[in-house]
Amino acid sequence: MSQILGFILIVVILIFIVGFYSLIVTRNLIRILISLEILMKAVTLIIIAAGYVTKQTSLTQALIISMIIIEVVVIAVAASIVVGLFRKNGTLDSLKIKF
Amino acid sequence: MDLSSFNSDFVVFLLLLLSLIISSLCAVMIRNLLKAAIALASTSAILTIVMFILNSPWAAVFELSVCAGLITVVLISAISLTGEKPSEEIVILRKKRLQRFMILPLILVVVAALLWISWPYLSNWVPKIVSSEVTFQEALWNIRQLDILGQIIIILAGVFGIVVLFKEREVK
Repeated sequence: MSQILGFILIVVILIFIVGFYSLIVTRNLIRILISLEILMKAVTLIIIAAGYVTKQTSLTQALIISMIIIEVVVIAVAASIVVGLFRKNGTLDSLKIKF
Repeated sequence: MDLSSFNSDFVVFLLLLLSLIISSLCAVMIRNLLKAAIALASTSAILTIVMFILNSPWAAVFELSVCAGLITVVLISAISLTGEKPSEEIVILRKKRLQRFMILPLILVVVAALLWISWPYLSNWVPKIVSSEVTFQEALWNIRQLDILGQIIIILAGVFGIVVLFKEREVK
């Protein structure tokens, strides 16, 4: 059981690095949303693994469902803000945007 | 699936975890935004399979329908609404972008090696098993009642935000 949690922990750390590096390096606003999604996937995976190991899958599933709903609302509102910024500035580059 | 020992099921599970890393790497490294969104959807689909294996079917259904479905649709609609740039500008941006992301696979390999070296310390990190299992219905509707209320408010706030932001301005 600890073996599987160790493997999942390594995978979660690697996925988190992928998302975090992309979040820092990229300047395209839609790619920033994709990076945020990848970070959320890493957190989802570690919570599910913790529930599996502690045999509390019901609680973790309820938590994950709350997280998914918040995630989708964040992405939807952020996407609409990105579209609004593009209409105003004509670019998705975060360095060229003027508020 | 029997994941308690190192057997064929365990190998399949490890391959799924590996494909999860590769698809997330594809989602950030692919140049085309549309293909990147599809790679993100495939990451969600693979995560769904992992969730099913780890005895979380309800969360897996939500992950597949909402994350792989709805969020992909939102991202693709945002990509189509923001349009394309002139081709010369795209070529210059792609070269710069590739240079920035070339180091990422190297970082992943180094971190994976470091984690592999520190494996004995990592394997000791295990949460304690709690025996009192509650049903999913009880956890969602009784234990996390306040969360449900918060979710309803968040959904309403999200809908209101989208309506306000997508509303076309009147031309004077």
